[in-house]
Amino acid sequence: MEISEQLKETPDDVVPAAGLASGPVAPAATTDWTLIIRPKTGWFDLHLADLWRFRDLVMLFVRRDLVAQYKQTILGPLWFIIQPLLTTLTFTIIFGNIAKLSTDGLPKMLFYLSGVTAWNYFADCLTRTSETFVANSNIFGKVYFPRLAVPVSIVISSLIRFGIQLGLFLGFYVYFLVRGTPIHATNVLLLLPALVLLMAALGLGTGIIVSSLTTRYRDLRFLVQFGVQLVMYTTPVIYPVSKVPEQYRWIMFSNPMTPVIETFRYAFLGTGSFSWAYLGISAAATAIILAVGVLLFNHVEKTFMDTV
Amino acid sequence: MSDLAISVESLSKAYRIGLKEQEHETLLGAVTGWFKSPFQNFRDVRNLSRFEGVTGKGNGQAAEASAKGAAPRTSLSQPSDVFWALNDVSFKVKHGEAVGIIGRNGAGKSTLLKILSRITEPTNGRAVVYGRVGSLLEVGTGFHPDLTGRENVYLNGTILGMRKHEIDEKFDEIIDFSGVEQFIDTPVKRYSSGMRVRLAFSVAAHLEPEILIVDEVLAVGDMEFQSKCLGKMEDVSGSGRTVLFVSHNLGAVNQLCSRCVVLEHGGIAFDGDVGSGIDVYQRSGYGQRTSSAYVAPAEGRPGSAQGRILAADLQDDQGRPADCIGIGEPFQIKLRLQFFSRLARMNMGVQFHSSGGVPILNLRTDSQGLVFGPYEAGNEVEVIIKVPGLPFYPGLYQLEPWFGELDGKRIDQVPEGISLVLEGRGLYQSERLIQQGRGLVMMDCTWAETVKQASA
Repeated sequence: MEISEQLKETPDDVVPAAGLASGPVAPAATTDWTLIIRPKTGWFDLHLADLWRFRDLVMLFVRRDLVAQYKQTILGPLWFIIQPLLTTLTFTIIFGNIAKLSTDGLPKMLFYLSGVTAWNYFADCLTRTSETFVANSNIFGKVYFPRLAVPVSIVISSLIRFGIQLGLFLGFYVYFLVRGTPIHATNVLLLLPALVLLMAALGLGTGIIVSSLTTRYRDLRFLVQFGVQLVMYTTPVIYPVSKVPEQYRWIMFSNPMTPVIETFRYAFLGTGSFSWAYLGISAAATAIILAVGVLLFNHVEKTFMDTV
Repeated sequence: MSDLAISVESLSKAYRIGLKEQEHETLLGAVTGWFKSPFQNFRDVRNLSRFEGVTGKGNGQAAEASAKGAAPRTSLSQPSDVFWALNDVSFKVKHGEAVGIIGRNGAGKSTLLKILSRITEPTNGRAVVYGRVGSLLEVGTGFHPDLTGRENVYLNGTILGMRKHEIDEKFDEIIDFSGVEQFIDTPVKRYSSGMRVRLAFSVAAHLEPEILIVDEVLAVGDMEFQSKCLGKMEDVSGSGRTVLFVSHNLGAVNQLCSRCVVLEHGGIAFDGDVGSGIDVYQRSGYGQRTSSAYVAPAEGRPGSAQGRILAADLQDDQGRPADCIGIGEPFQIKLRLQFFSRLARMNMGVQFHSSGGVPILNLRTDSQGLVFGPYEAGNEVEVIIKVPGLPFYPGLYQLEPWFGELDGKRIDQVPEGISLVLEGRGLYQSERLIQQGRGLVMMDCTWAETVKQASA
């Protein structure tokens, strides 16, 4: 209708007013909240400040995750422990006792539990964040909040679960230590926080890439379900790196989780290997994956309601 | 930033709608189709939100697109699977204004609200929002059935944009308003649906943004709770905040809003005072259906073997086509029937439903002791029903004409065959709009009051 007005206001030449100062919301301070809604904002308009503003929501999502999952169960949070315990037991029987795979001379229980604990945290972060858009589309379709709040809350709630499972591992650790098993923690243990951070970032990064793509291509959901299990076999969760022929090791180390698990085990048990180089490559890969994930996620969240 | 709260500038939004898929006639065709389909599926899915080169319905965006050097190839041939839910919508809202947005289903109301509340982004144009927005497109978003009422209040509140300490401050007020304090530590899945809605609305009602965007959410709960909600909404707009309110409840729009925007087919049909807006809406939307609605062949309607209703018209008492009827004003309904086989004795009538679907009135020949007929196969019959006036509240009513054998089966009926808009203005020489209380029917009566005790 009014062509002149449109030409005057081409949508692409407007800079977003991003003054996102939080504070007392008096009518006078309204300009702080000024928001320009327009098509195709850039890839790098991440509005991460929004996420900080919704930090209470992130914490409530964490709470919801933890509380709701075990409501109306008898064992409740005990399931956090039962899951890795049974997995470890299965591995011990099948891979350790029947297939007689080497565990680098470590007690089988401790070897598998250390791998399972670390792998579970990564796998949890990945599989649960990969459902973000599809599982929450009903909420996302009705109200705006930074969509990243959901995967971030998942990573945090999984961290609590990881903490409990780590406690279980430490219990066995102390038991074997007291019995005089030749295991010893190394200085690398100081890197534990960094290892946890790497696992979280890698799980989050991969998960949000998958969730961004599943808004359009649902095929990935099928892939993730068994893909995570398959990929586990390229990491030293159930066999030590030392038993892998030299020429195939690159396959293992092309998985960024391999150095993390290897370092994790070396830190606590003193077997295996530790290499700054491999860990550094893994950290760099993780950083790239996370960055790509966040960019992709932010790009998709603006239009996903039309395509989900 | 002056006194503007919302500024919408030639906002457009396109969607892709599904096209009919090609069908395979042979097994071979179907099999090759399966193998080709991944490529086709990939193209379809990838294109879902791509609109480069797709232009609005001749509103100058083609010129703009080619001026910017965008792909000119499709500027002439618009793909047929692109649907413009919003097309070049512009308006401005000042701080403190309460604007009602009305329009028929599919007019673009919800799309507009979704864009303004950042759920989806526009295809063209832009909108600027000056202030903190709270949008309420659904009651109880994010309620988790396993969590208790208390936990859900916090969850829902933060989802809507409140901080935890804000909820702490208002918690008692919220519970008070909802009236479910007794069950606040019970999981929400054990709530009745009414309780859930009350709790959810209470949370939303205590949201205190500068700009409140509300979709049809008042249509929940019982009458008492609805009027409570409406009162709360009035408080909000009365306290100087900006309200954008979408509703089909014209009474509520009239009560709450000072301005009204009528959307039609993705564009603005009217922008101005509420009274005229409602008028435009009623005339535009339902005009086509009320005056001379030629009733479509009986797909899914009963008994078309014996006869059918050809047309149903609403007319004023002079026989002129009418869209709106005033309360108590005489009007007539004209029906045209066609018979395919002989009918000895006919029974017919018109069933009136409120917009909420409540049956209110069934005008029928048999209850008035009338018997029409006999009719022969091939007869076309015109029936005029003169109604002296309807004692209902203003609003939208659906009329369902029907006919059949006397004491026998129905031959044809047309659900929602006629939409009737009952107007309340001009009645009783009062400027006030007639308020609907708890009920469907209103009557004129005589009131007398005497002061028994003079004050000192």
